[in-house]
Amino acid sequence: MDARPQPSQKPDLVVVKNLVKYFPVRSGLLQRTVAQVKAVDGVSFTIKDGETLGLVGESGCGKTTVGRTILRLIEPTAGEVYFNRENIFAMRPDALKAMRRHMQIIFQDPYASLNPRMPIGESIMEGLHIHKIGHPKERWEIAIQMLKKVGLEEYHARRYPHEFSGGQRQRIGIARALALRPKFIVCDEPVSALDVSIQSQVLNILKDLQREFGLTYLFIAHNLSVVEHISDRVGVMYLGKLVELTDRETLYREPLHPYTKALLSAIPIPHPNAKRDRIILKGDVPSPLNPPRGCRFHPRCPWAKDICARQEPEFKEVRPGHWAACWLVD
Amino acid sequence: MAKEPLLRVNDLVLHFRTRNGAVQAVDGVFFELGYKEAVVILGESGCGKSSLARALLRLLPRNVERYSGKIYLENANIMALDDEQFRQNIRWVRMSFVPQAAMNALNPVLRVGDQVAEPMIVHYGTKKEDALAQAAKMFQQVGVPLDFLNRYAFELSGGMRQRVAIAMALVTAPMLVILDEPTSALDVLTQANIFNVLKRLKKELEVSFILITHDIATSSELADRVAVMYAGQIIETSDAQRFFREPLHPYSKMLMASVPRLRTNVEPDFISGQPPSLLKPPQGCRFAERCPKRFAKCSQEPPVMNVDGIQVKCWLYE
Ligand SMILES: Nc1ncnc2c1ncn2[C@@H]1O[C@H](COP(=O)(O)OP(=O)(O)OP(=O)(O)O)[C@@H](O)[C@H]1O
Ligand code: SF4
Ligand SMILES: [Mg+2]
Repeated sequence: MDARPQPSQKPDLVVVKNLVKYFPVRSGLLQRTVAQVKAVDGVSFTIKDGETLGLVGESGCGKTTVGRTILRLIEPTAGEVYFNRENIFAMRPDALKAMRRHMQIIFQDPYASLNPRMPIGESIMEGLHIHKIGHPKERWEIAIQMLKKVGLEEYHARRYPHEFSGGQRQRIGIARALALRPKFIVCDEPVSALDVSIQSQVLNILKDLQREFGLTYLFIAHNLSVVEHISDRVGVMYLGKLVELTDRETLYREPLHPYTKALLSAIPIPHPNAKRDRIILKGDVPSPLNPPRGCRFHPRCPWAKDICARQEPEFKEVRPGHWAACWLVD
Repeated sequence: MAKEPLLRVNDLVLHFRTRNGAVQAVDGVFFELGYKEAVVILGESGCGKSSLARALLRLLPRNVERYSGKIYLENANIMALDDEQFRQNIRWVRMSFVPQAAMNALNPVLRVGDQVAEPMIVHYGTKKEDALAQAAKMFQQVGVPLDFLNRYAFELSGGMRQRVAIAMALVTAPMLVILDEPTSALDVLTQANIFNVLKRLKKELEVSFILITHDIATSSELADRVAVMYAGQIIETSDAQRFFREPLHPYSKMLMASVPRLRTNVEPDFISGQPPSLLKPPQGCRFAERCPKRFAKCSQEPPVMNVDGIQVKCWLYE
């Protein structure tokens, strides 16, 4: 039997409180700020030690910005992020640098994220070098160890990125994130650029490594079908806000928010009689420059009431462990 | 497909010349398509899907090494036409095209209405106002508000731009439209909307579709027939009903098993390894290196076997 404590009994590793990130839009000679892109507009959640939190939303909803701001790769506009009870945003540069070791990121684009002029073994060692861990020979050995963990071989270490396929490069990206033995990894759409026939190879590697090293993941995706098998809990974002957050089972079987329902209905299934129409939402995602008043989803919501246009629903725990922001479930 | 098909493709070949040798992007492709039908060409990145579209429409780059085969459109081999005849009678007239990433390829300095009207003016010499009226009709067909006729591409969302690209392909009332990855750059919800549009068009218009895509799940919504492409070749063609229930080729089976399915405990599978290079593809079955069913014979190229009307290029079905 598995005697490990379940994630629900474990302490929070990451706590995000009211995270806000606006990007200024500048214009004119003086480059004055003429508007703000409200990329992330008050997002709160926690991730338990050893857990995978899936974060899903359409392009531009702010999910990548959430991931990068948590790691402070982007400076926040407001809010707090605690990692192991330490406030990341209050940290001085040297403390932050030391902390970075424990928090890594895997990028969507396996092509752009590796230095084309560096053998991949060296790319994997780079973080160790920056953090002055081990001497060169030890670093090289760690790199090779990590390559093996992601299903590659020692001789691959001396090869260059262009010699690898997309799936292999993504595994190299994982090896690199892993070399520092972090506790927490932001996986920003790690399989979106890959052919479906190799996606679950990468997902399986991520799952195996999580078990082996006790990793915690924030797993970002634009599609609910990708995160189902890897997440313990799933959050859904729309226009800079979380609209729903709960455990995986509940989210897929009993979604509460109309946007989550639409996203689920929009997922096609490969079946000869799948000719049904999927739920149609009016219009497109509005601009985060000027999000709608009231509930941001109301112009597209098939069930919107008067109040939805006037007042913003609060993101709250409507059932134990099930958070949603919608007047219908209030 | 009882009567004569609209389109029959036989042994279509398109090789590109490169410094390292010939890229066999399309290598002996075959399939058929009936009137008012949709065939889905399923394949993963780099297997030659876009090259196939170019070969069908004779939109060839300079470095063609070999271009051969037969394409029968209503029983006439259009490969036999000269380039001028092809331009005048086939491309955009009877067979039109929504290229990959079309929505990003609209002309930024032309109003979208004028762009949609343009093929009418160029190919039929239609007067501008009549062409614009036709464009307006197409806008309605694909669900773009009429006041968008006077807008520029950058003023439209991705989903709307893609609809405009589809309207442009339909404006000359072609009998066949080739769509290359029409929704792969779009969000799930927008994708669903575009597919609803395509399904409606297929019902309402006298048009057939060749839908080129890597998206297995989405493709099942439109497909009457399926042709699976691997490393430049078609390895299985079948009717959609049978294909989505039970594909025959080992690659098709594994590909289907890799698609994640909601609310099931079945974990998606994967295919280890990667497709062979199209520069020097292996002599035998091109899938052999990754195939769990491989046996001695597979080092020779498998012929296309016929299994109850399904064509499958695999020795298992000899
Ligand atoms: N003009 C060209 N010259 C040389 N090689 C080419 C040319 N066009 C395409 N290729 C090569 O032919 C192969 C097939 O490319 P193609 O674009 O047809 O694939 P695809 O299936 O459409 O891929 P994707 O899924 O990325 O759209 C690739 O190896 C590509 O690099
Ligand atoms: S011919 Fe052989 S290697 Fe190729 S798919 Fe069939 S069984 Fe597999
Ligand atoms: Mg292509």
